[in-house]
Amino acid sequence: MTELYIRRDLTDLPDARGYFGEFGGRFVPETIIPALDELEGAYADAIADPSFHDELAHLQRSYTGRPTPVSYARRLSERLGGAQIYLKREDLAHTGAHKINNALGQGLLAKRMGKRRIIAETGAGQHGVGTATAMALLGLECHVYMGTVDIKRQQPNVFRMKLLGAEVIPVTSGSRTLKDAINEAMRDWVTNVETTFYLLGSALGPHPYPMMVRDFQSVIGVEAREQIQEMAGQLPDACIACVGGGSNAIGMFHAFRDDEGTELIGVEAGGHGIESREHAARFADLDISRPGILHGTRSYVMQDDDGQIMETHSISAGLDYPSVGPEHAHLRQMERAFYTMATDEEALEAFQVLSKTEGIIPALESSHALAEAIKRAPTMPRDSVLLVNLSGRGDKDLDTVIGVLGS
Amino acid sequence: MTNLREIHGLAALDKMFASARAQGRAAFLPYFPIGYPTYQESLAAVEAIADEGADGFEIGIPFSDPIADGPTIQAATQVALENGMTVQKCLDAVRTLRAKGISQPMLMMGYANPLVAYGTDQFVRDARAAGADGLIVPDLPPEEAAMFADSCAREGMALVFFLAPTSNDRRIAMAAEHATGFIYVVSLTGITGARAQLPTYLTDFIARLRSRTDKPLVLGFGISTPEHARQVSELMDGFIVGSALVRAGGESVAAVRGLAGSLCEAIRG
Repeated sequence: MTELYIRRDLTDLPDARGYFGEFGGRFVPETIIPALDELEGAYADAIADPSFHDELAHLQRSYTGRPTPVSYARRLSERLGGAQIYLKREDLAHTGAHKINNALGQGLLAKRMGKRRIIAETGAGQHGVGTATAMALLGLECHVYMGTVDIKRQQPNVFRMKLLGAEVIPVTSGSRTLKDAINEAMRDWVTNVETTFYLLGSALGPHPYPMMVRDFQSVIGVEAREQIQEMAGQLPDACIACVGGGSNAIGMFHAFRDDEGTELIGVEAGGHGIESREHAARFADLDISRPGILHGTRSYVMQDDDGQIMETHSISAGLDYPSVGPEHAHLRQMERAFYTMATDEEALEAFQVLSKTEGIIPALESSHALAEAIKRAPTMPRDSVLLVNLSGRGDKDLDTVIGVLGS
Repeated sequence: MTNLREIHGLAALDKMFASARAQGRAAFLPYFPIGYPTYQESLAAVEAIADEGADGFEIGIPFSDPIADGPTIQAATQVALENGMTVQKCLDAVRTLRAKGISQPMLMMGYANPLVAYGTDQFVRDARAAGADGLIVPDLPPEEAAMFADSCAREGMALVFFLAPTSNDRRIAMAAEHATGFIYVVSLTGITGARAQLPTYLTDFIARLRSRTDKPLVLGFGISTPEHARQVSELMDGFIVGSALVRAGGESVAAVRGLAGSLCEAIRG
């Protein structure tokens, strides 16, 4: 199995200014620009240093449990009667989601930079748990901002973070979800920039975050590309991943970017449906979503006519975000990746189907990607291959699901 | 009514700083958001502050996600949005204030996204036509400012950039080169309570800036009392009071007038 835990080519975007085509950049208060410069420099230094790779590789193997397997979903594939479905099992990574890959990478970087106070935001709580875990391991102080709406729907993760020694700071401003948690984390960083490392959890925010988070998540695709060829004897016809900020998707897509025969499909949260306007489908509803600036980056943003950011809805907290990582906006513009959406209802259905056919309870976020696979597989020939990124496990979502389906 | 001012934009700001300098003090540039606590009261607050002798204004455009603001201004701008404020209404407010005879320089202060949604060139043109003299965008560092820089230059409008004690020499040089009107200096943490003197890191930082630029330096960092105003007046070309005035605005226009009056008195001695 590959030893590469950070996949980077010289030709990869972003450019020196942090742009993926016309998306990305650094739209942040001046106070944190020097911190971003420092971070960019420290990161460049780290990835040029073999000992950083060694340390990360060691932790990824001995602590996270990488490589995570790819599982062939035999019963699900048979039931759908079309494409063969394979699952990249990020749910089996320590802490139960892909977020740990980035948390460990940035955590090691923070330690290298001598920063001992770590702040993070979290939506579903998976990044918060990943960060709290990595900080417990590395012995760093951890504060996690979380909207009170998300605290309510992700209680088990709130308890986990506290158990892991992190402080969970409730955010009561705005929509009280992920976007507001990022606002608070950025305010904290503006105020405490000299002592604090902001461990941003998705492939968004100001440069270098979208690049750095992608790099730390690229291990997903690097492993999966090798595994699927061993198991299926071919590259997949399509890779499918859910897209909130988009870190699991970009981590999966990156390794396949030059494989022209592999379609890259991102699945956004369709919430109650596009017509309801209660969703987080930034690429599907272009009446209310257009290029704009949020949280330091230029990308697609759900906003009203006056440029005020709209509140979003998804049953999955991790996809409930009004913007999307800038590299996804670029991949879509280049027509290298294709973006679609799944509604709450479709995700819930997929959640149950996978549980019953494969004995895997997926995260509601990942259930959006599965929903697309379930739609698509029956229309494809039996010798075709779909690779779905199962980005996390669903235990954290049981309260939500019980609330909707009843116990 | 038309705007009867004889000079506009950068020239108006230059004149403002020269006049304050001639009096041996800093210019007082209060911030107030349009639409808080109501549209009418926000206009009345700006008028009251102008009466008391402020030298210029930052007219706040509300945004749903103000990442550079503390709780007071966050809450106030949220109220303003609930009151239906838009970029257009903020421009209307400036036009109305000019019609009421307020002649001090006014800078529009707002986050990038609503201005981008409005159209950056169009915004600069309309702001100039409404009677504004410049633009301050807290989430727009110089390297991302091309979308505003040309139109501001064309319209003679100031485009203000920020520096913080974290800014290195390269950042200082960049702001010094690109900022027009003045440089907005922010500190990491606000002064809380009366102090005998300003923190030395700040006086050192200002000295460092003075050795690298002759652009006016305006400080904004939790200045809330006449004593703070007196202290910064000796050091700076201008200073901004935001949260304290907004807090007063939550009480009454009279409270805004009272605070603005005591701040003006402090610097005029």
